[in-house]
Amino acid sequence: MNFPDNLKYTKDHEWVLVEGDVATIGVTDFAQHELGDIVFVDISTQGENLNAHAVFGTVEAVKTVSDLYMPVSGEITEVNGDLEGAPESVNSDPYGSGWMVKVKMTNPSEVDGLMSAADYSAMVG
Amino acid sequence: MSDTQALKSTALSELHTQLGAKMVPFAGFNMPVLYDNLIQEHLTVRNAMGVFDVSHMGEVWIEGPKAFDLVSWITTNDVASLYDGRVQYSCMPNNNGGIVDDLLVYRFNAEKYLLVINAGNIDKDLHWINEQNRNFGATITNVSDDYSLLAIQGPMAAEALQKLTAVTLADIPYYHFVEGELGGLSIIISNTGYTGAGGFELYVKNNDARQLWDKVFEAGAEFGIKPIGLGARDTLRLEKGFCLYGNDINDETSPIEAGLGWITKFNHDFVNRAHHENIKTNKPTKKLVGFELIDRGIPRQHYPICTADGKVMGEVTSGTQSPSLNKAIGMGYVASEFSAAGSEIYIEIRGKLLKAQVVKIPFL
Repeated sequence: MNFPDNLKYTKDHEWVLVEGDVATIGVTDFAQHELGDIVFVDISTQGENLNAHAVFGTVEAVKTVSDLYMPVSGEITEVNGDLEGAPESVNSDPYGSGWMVKVKMTNPSEVDGLMSAADYSAMVG
Repeated sequence: MSDTQALKSTALSELHTQLGAKMVPFAGFNMPVLYDNLIQEHLTVRNAMGVFDVSHMGEVWIEGPKAFDLVSWITTNDVASLYDGRVQYSCMPNNNGGIVDDLLVYRFNAEKYLLVINAGNIDKDLHWINEQNRNFGATITNVSDDYSLLAIQGPMAAEALQKLTAVTLADIPYYHFVEGELGGLSIIISNTGYTGAGGFELYVKNNDARQLWDKVFEAGAEFGIKPIGLGARDTLRLEKGFCLYGNDINDETSPIEAGLGWITKFNHDFVNRAHHENIKTNKPTKKLVGFELIDRGIPRQHYPICTADGKVMGEVTSGTQSPSLNKAIGMGYVASEFSAAGSEIYIEIRGKLLKAQVVKIPFL
């Protein structure tokens, strides 16, 4: 399984790409594999200010539903609209075209509390 | 089941693990829910053929001079219409207006019937059947632990299986069976299934199960045969609108409300008959319907079903994204005035009311 070193990770199986005060967020390779065929990504929080750990959307596979949690606090500035027509990108390219939201972080120091690729990889074993 | 009770294995559980299946506890058994990819497994059954290990299902013989009387009393369908080699879908009503279980009734001869029941209900059903049998005295034998059951389903299943047997499979109509040799093994060959994709269910003694599995896969290789998990079994049955006990029917639902009037025949006496006949005569106040979501979302079991102004009138009993139709579909109970095809209903999903439309089942 693939966990790129340039990303940060959460216990809830999200990944975070940090560029300045902007965080791009998606779910990990492990998460997409566990969920199976993803058929719907439901995110209706664009423009909202959410705290870390708040639910920003849900991802639905054929058989299961899973909430998506904010890894860091901030404003949802962008939602990946391509997932509307191609939710399966989350399975095929979780770190690329399967990205979910961009967040303008209100407290970038929260990034320090996230896991490294090595730590996350050890956690999911 | 309690945590302390060990999970049962089928004769093939170890094989599924070797094949890389994701195993889950289901009705007390360690069962394969998925081998690789649910949508691919689903489409393999719809378009070619696949094999389900459904050995967890229960098998109970009812035999003797009183066998007919007992089966007729405990089931809603018309057992008198059966003949040797005929199978019937039916349900066992309880005394409280609900259903103990749904089942298949096989007639081997006038004094020998096989009941095929849900794995999660085996103990409950046996207790119930034995209690009812006090007035009859038929011989009841639970052979659930002796038989394995492979469901070979899909449009190519008959052609593949025909290579393994001298029995002319085309001569076995839907809901009929024969006892015969297949792959050199002694098999009950039943033209039934839970997918609506065509194919057969093969009952085999546990000792022969692995050999049957291997022979079936050899015969099906040219058709792209694959093992299929319980996940796809659920999406396949739901597309055809087949009820799942514990979801769509249970200890509290009447078969009349559940759209099972076609297997509830009032030409014979059965447990709690007057209650269900009364519901039929006076029209049920709620009905199980199929629906498609119009707004974007996926219905799941227990989501509330509402009117346009948010009044809850029932709940979703089964729901999924249909892999064949690529639509969000579900079943659930609604007030009867909303049960006609075309009726607009709303499903409450994460606090939002999403529009849906009642449609005829099967969906596919």
